[in-house]
Amino acid sequence: MITAGDLRKNIKIMQEGGPYVLLDVNFVKPGKGQAFYKCKMRNLVSGQLLERTYRSGDTFETAALEERRMQYSYVQDDEYYFMDVNSYEQVMLTASQVGDAKNYIIDNLAMDILFWDDRAIGITLPNFVDLIVTRAEPWAKGDSVAGDTKPVTLETGLVIQVPPFVEEGEKIQVDTRTGQYVTRVKK
Amino acid sequence: MRPVPRQAGILENLWLRARLLARARCFFEARGFLEVETPCRIPAPLPEAHIEPVGSDGWYLHASPESCMKRLLAAGAGSVFQICRVHRKGERGARHLPEFTLLEWYRPGADYQTLMDDCEALITGAARELGRGIPGVDLGLPWPRLTVREAFARYAPCSMEQSLQDGAFDRQLAFHIEPSLDPSRPLFLLDYPAEKASLARLKSADPGFAERVELYIGGLELANGFSELTDAPLQTARFTEENRAREKAGLPVAPWPGRFIEDLARMPESAGMALGLDRLAMLFCGVRTIDEVTAFVPEEL
Repeated sequence: MITAGDLRKNIKIMQEGGPYVLLDVNFVKPGKGQAFYKCKMRNLVSGQLLERTYRSGDTFETAALEERRMQYSYVQDDEYYFMDVNSYEQVMLTASQVGDAKNYIIDNLAMDILFWDDRAIGITLPNFVDLIVTRAEPWAKGDSVAGDTKPVTLETGLVIQVPPFVEEGEKIQVDTRTGQYVTRVKK
Repeated sequence: MRPVPRQAGILENLWLRARLLARARCFFEARGFLEVETPCRIPAPLPEAHIEPVGSDGWYLHASPESCMKRLLAAGAGSVFQICRVHRKGERGARHLPEFTLLEWYRPGADYQTLMDDCEALITGAARELGRGIPGVDLGLPWPRLTVREAFARYAPCSMEQSLQDGAFDRQLAFHIEPSLDPSRPLFLLDYPAEKASLARLKSADPGFAERVELYIGGLELANGFSELTDAPLQTARFTEENRAREKAGLPVAPWPGRFIEDLARMPESAGMALGLDRLAMLFCGVRTIDEVTAFVPEEL
């Protein structure tokens, strides 16, 4: 149990029967008056947004969420399947639950699957993943300056900006939080 | 690569903040005020329904220097001012820090009209001395004044009386009135209902209202002041009500401020105001968060 004063961005609470993640908490208080917490949150199952204003003293159940390490297996008709490598248990997430994470998911990638009430509801990606460059224009030496970048296509279909020396077929590390190039990965 | 410390990006704001602090000191010194320093750790904070003091080894860190400064008035100190750090538990947001800087001043023989004059002179004077205004705000004098009752009639979905009855006064103020105030002009919101001004004197012509004023600039609540209540029995009754509200809300009740009440009987008629210096710095810097004028916020400690 937590109180309104403990509400922060990214905290997960139960509200109206479902688990929500707080996106924004706005503290409003006239100097001598009551404190209010104006909150924006997203339902972790349906993705629906909710806005509510709470008062200090209001209490909340934290959402009982569990993360389990699983491996990506395959996708079929917008349904993504993941497997627990120890128990061989398989779970499915819809394309909307996977969201932008689809840009980083490759075969056998291990990641944390979020469960609520024994239902898989989302993904926590590793911060860095290694992806193969499947398309890159060759770099013409001489006509570039420091700081130049060029677009490349990765094996997941994601297009990102990289330094000009990155070549087709190479593996690069990408930060999944920012979607940015980090470094080349040695073979 | 090491990230650039946040502080390195706000040094210009910290310089402006320092110059504002220096200006505020000059302003009150030039007007014959005595600068005082009173203890930040006290045994009995004044009871307030909605301000949570931070405990400190059995005593409390002050949420404002009000009780000690009024006791100095009672001792005959004359006009006094103080610039100090104060603490309020749980207050953290884009405009709030649980530890912040108050500029508080008291004038014997004055009422809240004089406090409004002080605010106008202090802030327009600072703008002149600093050679810069407050971005997006026309500081031209005099600043508009609006009664709380009229503000409810203009901006809230129900009357002030109705909102008091429904216990929705603070909510209407925070979500209907404050966001509707013209951010391009400073505004004095004044004459609060008696029950919303625990330490203020009632208007003799209309005892349903207290001589309390709040200054808003650019949508920010900047300062709060009143003609001080010097009636000890009435103050006792008000504190008892504040403590009752705390008990009802399940909040701890601090020790009774007996010495304050004793001294209040000897306190001359006075007016006092508290102004948030961090927020004044926010306005002159033209920034939207209090973090941008603060060297260290709690999350960085």
